[in-house]
Amino acid sequence: MNAVRRRRLLLVSALVIGVGVAVTLALMAFRQNLMYYYTPTDVHEGKAPSTRSFRTGGLVKQGSLHRDPDGVTVRFTITDLKQEMIVLYRGILPDLFREGQGIIANGRVGPNGVFTAKDVLAKHDENYMPPEVAASLKKSGAMPQHEMVKEKNKL
Amino acid sequence: MWVWFHKLGSPPYFYRLSSRLLPWLAVATLISFVVGTIWGLFYAPSDYQQADTSRIMYIHVPAAMFSMSIYMVIAAAGAVTLIWRIKLADLVAAASAPIGASYTFIALITGSLWGRTMWGDTYWEWTDPRLMSELILFFLYLGYMALNAAFEDRRRAARAAAVLALVGVVNIPIIHYSVEWWTSLHQGSTTRGMQFAATIYPSMRYPLYLMMLAFAFFYAQLMFKNTRCLLLESERNNSWVKEMVTQHDAA
Repeated sequence: MNAVRRRRLLLVSALVIGVGVAVTLALMAFRQNLMYYYTPTDVHEGKAPSTRSFRTGGLVKQGSLHRDPDGVTVRFTITDLKQEMIVLYRGILPDLFREGQGIIANGRVGPNGVFTAKDVLAKHDENYMPPEVAASLKKSGAMPQHEMVKEKNKL
Repeated sequence: MWVWFHKLGSPPYFYRLSSRLLPWLAVATLISFVVGTIWGLFYAPSDYQQADTSRIMYIHVPAAMFSMSIYMVIAAAGAVTLIWRIKLADLVAAASAPIGASYTFIALITGSLWGRTMWGDTYWEWTDPRLMSELILFFLYLGYMALNAAFEDRRRAARAAAVLALVGVVNIPIIHYSVEWWTSLHQGSTTRGMQFAATIYPSMRYPLYLMMLAFAFFYAQLMFKNTRCLLLESERNNSWVKEMVTQHDAA
């Protein structure tokens, strides 16, 4: 490799590394703003905004879904297996909504700690399997954990 | 290795090599697409939670995967263009960009339709890191193509576009790790190296592999065809093109 090419190689490497470092620093500075949702633990530790609306997400706790007599108001508990939060929602739930499923709710948390949601989305996880396999895994208790309660490799 | 590198960079050699490869690629693309699509859409089992909607992954996952791989090809070719000034590298990059942009577009659209049925009442979430970084990839492709077309002089266009491609390459790890570094509505990767086996059942995994092959073959085929067109256009005054045309006319 001659001198001119070596110089160009250094310039190209410097460009890519420079942009990489700058973007990494910027992303680390904006880390909290890039979070799509806060976990109940984040809310408990006061990391979530208290004056404006935000998203929270977790698994719907087994047996916690309660429907009001009006038929459209639901309340349920979401959990990240460390902290829990009660969510109150009035509206139509997504098809994938069920106990044990991951959900993301957008709304505000009141002074009583109850989260009032404006909308609720279901979050699917990365596990794909046919119904028979899911049934047998459930029976043997080997169902993989939903990704929402796994530890994340935080930046 | 350097001999091979320079040989591949020679236009007549590349042209002859691609002539031999193209029929095989066409057959491979056709077989893998037909078998993969029928297998994935009709014979593979549906998911226990998503029912038949899960079949969107046979298009969405390969399209999204190769939207990133093709960008890496363009960035690598851009580096070769800037350092070694090999014209063929620039042509490969220019030929790949519209294919990569199309794959990105397919990934965005299929993802949006899947999201509408699975997530609930939304087609698009502006604040989701995975969705946004993939959208930025789409704009990078468009910007790359626009910059390539903005210069009369091919060599200037090649250098300017290569710099853009290299600056944009920082987005690729962001797309890939967006679902791990931040919380996201998008699920984690099913296709993550060793864990792949655990997260998707074999009867759904094999048609997915086949569709990945199909998207790869299809890209290779289109890339060779596009590059050949660009090559003939830029080399039209060179002797090997003239010889080839006269031979073709004589035959």
